Amino acid sequence: MKALTPLLAVLAIIAFVAMAGHAHAGLILLAVFVPYAAFAVFLVGFCYRVARWACVPVPFRIPTTCGQQRSLPWIKPASLDNPSTGWGAFRRMALEVLLFRSLFRNNRARLDDRRLVLGEDRYLWLGALAFHWSLLVILLRHLRLFLQPVPNWLSGMERVDGFFDVATPALYLSDVVILSALVYLTARRVRNPQVRYISLPIDYLGLFLLLGSAASGLLMRFTFRVDVVAIKQFALGLAVFHPIAPRALAPIFLVHLFLVSALAAYFPFSKLMHMGGVFLSPTRNLANNNRRQRHINPWNYPVKTHSYAEWEHEFRDKLIAAKLPIESQDAATITVD
Amino acid sequence: MSDRPLIVAGLTLFVGLVSTPIWHGALNREAAMAALHIKLPAREKQCVAPASYMRTSHMQLLEHWRNEAVRDGQRQFVAFNGKTYDKDPTRTCLTECHTDRKEFCERCHNYAGVSDPNCWNCHNDSHVASEGNS
Repeated sequence: MKALTPLLAVLAIIAFVAMAGHAHAGLILLAVFVPYAAFAVFLVGFCYRVARWACVPVPFRIPTTCGQQRSLPWIKPASLDNPSTGWGAFRRMALEVLLFRSLFRNNRARLDDRRLVLGEDRYLWLGALAFHWSLLVILLRHLRLFLQPVPNWLSGMERVDGFFDVATPALYLSDVVILSALVYLTARRVRNPQVRYISLPIDYLGLFLLLGSAASGLLMRFTFRVDVVAIKQFALGLAVFHPIAPRALAPIFLVHLFLVSALAAYFPFSKLMHMGGVFLSPTRNLANNNRRQRHINPWNYPVKTHSYAEWEHEFRDKLIAAKLPIESQDAATITVD
Repeated sequence: MSDRPLIVAGLTLFVGLVSTPIWHGALNREAAMAALHIKLPAREKQCVAPASYMRTSHMQLLEHWRNEAVRDGQRQFVAFNGKTYDKDPTRTCLTECHTDRKEFCERCHNYAGVSDPNCWNCHNDSHVASEGNS
């Protein structure tokens, strides 16, 4: 099974960190070197990938359209699905980035009594939306460990997230949502035969790293409890490039840190780069005004042509000698430019 | 081609957001480097449980105390070292040792960025607070 290799890789990471964290040298490696290296790889790799994309010329607009193009005044254009202006393209991008509009059109094909039936399937969209938004909330919430003093908006967000005050310490809504969404998305990949068929091991690796990060984070909060103040001091030390020897870093914290570092370092090399790529998709971010505006290829150069008239002029004597019909009677006056 | 300034601007914004801890730490370097000093009680040297346990799990100890005292009527807590305490945070913890909750509970909670304990939504600690301030 294709999910086995990435699963074993993630489990091997956990086992390695849990064992290496006991030695002092291993602690420095895991707690200081690995996060810095992962952060550097993430930033440099991300910028490199985006810069490479930015260098790709897009001479012609190739928007994917899902609605009526702007044409005659009495035909209603679909300004969001087929934008003709930059502002329309911006609104389409905003809906795409914030609400995953194209995923909303996901549908499902199945054979119903030997007839092909196409139906709507909104669960992928719902699962993706739940996952991405709760991931954003969780990433922002983690800033409380890196910022001192903690800004008020961050405390406010934390209170809203733990609003229901279930369990001690409070269970965050975003944690519940991200775990359910990840389990659903993994189950969908494994159980749906079509999706399983096109899934590769790398498709599972990101999922398992995310699942491992979320699960280790929750275990750290509720089961293997950790000293939050020590972790904040350690995180602040990392942020000001003055890492301090932590009082005690629990193995579960090292596992969590390593899984997140692995995810960050893996990010630029993987399909997770869709985070930056979605903004640079030329099929989405360009206005469809191909018929209204002339887009000239920026690297056009004067092409050397040889027209029929010129050819006839060149071989006029031979054509007459062969008694072939001549098109232009005053070929002598043709000017060759 | 004409989109490159836009891409560079977006990428710069992204890098700025991702490196928030670094520039925030550089701007507030003193606050970030300062160690958290909590005033320790003068009278007692030993908490109701080992300090390492209290650091990680005090909220669960308090919740156990609440559940056992309110639901089962067990109001005595036998500590790990054999000493017996009343399961009453206001009288045991706040009166005997940590007389100023602003300096003890809330300072640590603010530092760690977790919401303040909600004990005092119900419990009245005005007598302890006035003692602590005097």
